Amino acid sequence: MSAPPRLVEIRQKVLKQNDLLARDLRDRFHAAGVFVASLVSSPGAGKTALLEKLLTRLREDGWRVAALVGDLATDNDAARLARSQAPVRQIVTGTVCHLEAAMVEGALDGWSLDDLDFLFIENVGNLVCPSSYDLGEDLRLVFMSVTEGEDKPLKYPTIFNTADVAVITKMDLAAAVEFDMTAAHASIQSVRPGMRVLEVSSKTGAGMDELVGFLNKTRATKAFEMSAVES
Amino acid sequence: MHELSIALSMIDMAAEEAARRGGARVHAIHLRLGRLSGVVKEALLFSYDVACEGTTLEGSRLVIEEVPVAVYCPVCRAETTLDSVQMFCCRVCGTPTPEVVRGKELEVTGLEIEE
Repeated sequence: MSAPPRLVEIRQKVLKQNDLLARDLRDRFHAAGVFVASLVSSPGAGKTALLEKLLTRLREDGWRVAALVGDLATDNDAARLARSQAPVRQIVTGTVCHLEAAMVEGALDGWSLDDLDFLFIENVGNLVCPSSYDLGEDLRLVFMSVTEGEDKPLKYPTIFNTADVAVITKMDLAAAVEFDMTAAHASIQSVRPGMRVLEVSSKTGAGMDELVGFLNKTRATKAFEMSAVES
Repeated sequence: MHELSIALSMIDMAAEEAARRGGARVHAIHLRLGRLSGVVKEALLFSYDVACEGTTLEGSRLVIEEVPVAVYCPVCRAETTLDSVQMFCCRVCGTPTPEVVRGKELEVTGLEIEE
């Protein structure tokens, strides 16, 4: 006769493997001096359009940039991003609705991180699942387009809470869809008080200077912090 | 819907632990699940039963303890539980605060095992 079941205490994070791998990646990125930013949004919010402009602009400014782009089934986004002349790799996730640290690690195979200043990781279009997975990035940008509605942050508070910066996209359409900017900012501040918000239009280029300036400044601050830790 | 892969990870973890204990049978997994973990309780429970099929954990239960979101209020200098994840502010004085102290947990806390 066996003993009745007993409760054994263990404490283990379910995503421990991902978290450990993300930490290793972050260490690798820092050692190589590459600043890593990830992009999350719903499908169609304009991540790829903005990233293409961003890669082109940063390259023109003399930075060494590259991108990884997640997609469920196609390599269309990688083809679009490759027009920027920057190295781009597609991560086809199949049925998986988000990127994980292991996919990022696999996609980096053969790339010399020492030859990069910026690496962008475009997640699969999804405002739910990516929130649980650390990818080793320094900065997570959550995008919302003016065509989606001002209350998007209230519907997806978790992703806004794991992100560092909110980017409102398709600003050229704001008037046409009567986007209420005050309400949008209020929604963001309600789920993430103090969150930095940038407004851009990939089509007209409005707001791009601010975004590029912000990325440069954040990268410089990070590099300074890293060298301070090392010295 | 990433709850299925979360369920599979938990089952692997529990099966490994059971094997380390000489092939103990796992009757239940206890999990702490934060409201800000990005994981939906109902979807996870459904996925768990599906994921257990054909494994050594078939027939086991998933016991979920939900963890409400708590934030730190810099004015009250105290932790406060949120009424709603749509409104990050102190429930006592109303000060907005982004400082989450609890609610992101996705952590196995125990196993009910029969040795």
